[in-house]
Amino acid sequence: MKIAIIKYNGGNIFSVQETLKRLGTETIVTDHYEQICSADRVIFPGVGQAKSAMDYLREHQLDKIIPQLQQPVLGICLGLQLMCQHSEEGDIKGLGIFDTHVKRFIPQDSETKVPHMGWNQLNFSNDGVWKTQFEQEYLYFVHSYYAELCNSTFASCHYANNFSAMLKKENFWAMQFHPEKSGKVGSIMLNQFLNQTP
Amino acid sequence: MLAKRIIPCLDIKDGQTVKGIHFEGIKAVGDPVELAKWYSEEGADELVLLDITATQEARKTTKELVKRIASEINIPFTIGGGISTVEDAAILLAHGADKVSINSSAIKNPGLINLLATRFGSQFVVVAIDARQENGQWAVKSAGGRIDTDKELFSWAKEAEERGAGEILFTSMDHDGTKGGFANEALRRLHDILTIPVIASGGAGCQEDFVDTFVEGKADAALAASIFHYKEVAIPDLKSYLKQNNVPVRTL
Repeated sequence: MKIAIIKYNGGNIFSVQETLKRLGTETIVTDHYEQICSADRVIFPGVGQAKSAMDYLREHQLDKIIPQLQQPVLGICLGLQLMCQHSEEGDIKGLGIFDTHVKRFIPQDSETKVPHMGWNQLNFSNDGVWKTQFEQEYLYFVHSYYAELCNSTFASCHYANNFSAMLKKENFWAMQFHPEKSGKVGSIMLNQFLNQTP
Repeated sequence: MLAKRIIPCLDIKDGQTVKGIHFEGIKAVGDPVELAKWYSEEGADELVLLDITATQEARKTTKELVKRIASEINIPFTIGGGISTVEDAAILLAHGADKVSINSSAIKNPGLINLLATRFGSQFVVVAIDARQENGQWAVKSAGGRIDTDKELFSWAKEAEERGAGEILFTSMDHDGTKGGFANEALRRLHDILTIPVIASGGAGCQEDFVDTFVEGKADAALAASIFHYKEVAIPDLKSYLKQNNVPVRTL
């Protein structure tokens, strides 16, 4: 299976690549149209700043290409946030794949620190394989902005408020946590994404 | 619910793991990659690698080490030691580090915190602070605790937060190596004045010390080295103990 990891100035691609390698896939890090389109799966990773990431995507026309992709696409962390309509971080327009907005965590009290950093649990919106398998599991999060709940919320997480931890719409998937940093559970999730039947 | 994190710390010198007792008397413990993997399988939530290699030449091995660790483990890790420019940090990020920790270089050049946060995001920047009590004040030390500074713990931690730090790693030099518990009073004050997470470091001796630092010190994470390296406290046992004491933790 060929996996394209979208290249942009979005940070730690190395870990995603290593995890995918361990899962036995062939990965390529690229911002080229043909390579992205011909891949079996596309990963849109990212840690970093929303505005500079979005600027890079525009310069490389990736803002047009990504929403048109037909194969399964997985956004991770900042990738998820850029797939939404709008982000408060840098007040930017996103790719608009998911009909929701990205906001900054507002600490309600001194117990709630920002960034939301560490291991937290998911609540799946619907019954199914994912809920059975992952409902009580801990995943690794690190972010100061979150996507609000919407129709595409596949799983939510609670921190300061409920937010979208996983989004899913047609062939587009997104995870706010880092599956590549979430131990064995994260690897199983990635594997499940890779091996889905579209 | 967000879990409290348990973080083993690996001191690295010339590619080997060591542990300083009161920052002196270094003793080799093992191969960092093997140790990192073992900790990850034991249920450590994160790792901190502190590079105490003295020369730039020897430090080249560190970035290879970071790469090997990033290839072998799938939990987050922070690398600290000898990072004084944006370029230093960029190389470590490219080799798979999730966060960098800066200490003396931030004291010397506080603007580095802003630069790193702007370029890589706050989540990438841990500001480590070593301090000890002197004349009723928590005095910040640099260079592994050897050099006096004009900074005081609480105002420096707040300044670091305002400059864009994503996390504070506070080591009490009074507690470090004593195995008598963490500096919970100071940690509690840090918790109250900061809006970013705090990692407690220095003083872990037994399982109760971790409960105390999470409950009384309100720490978000607790770091320790020797008690884990010498297997005086096993992480799976520690996690069960914390759970029994109603501290939310991730168990495997």
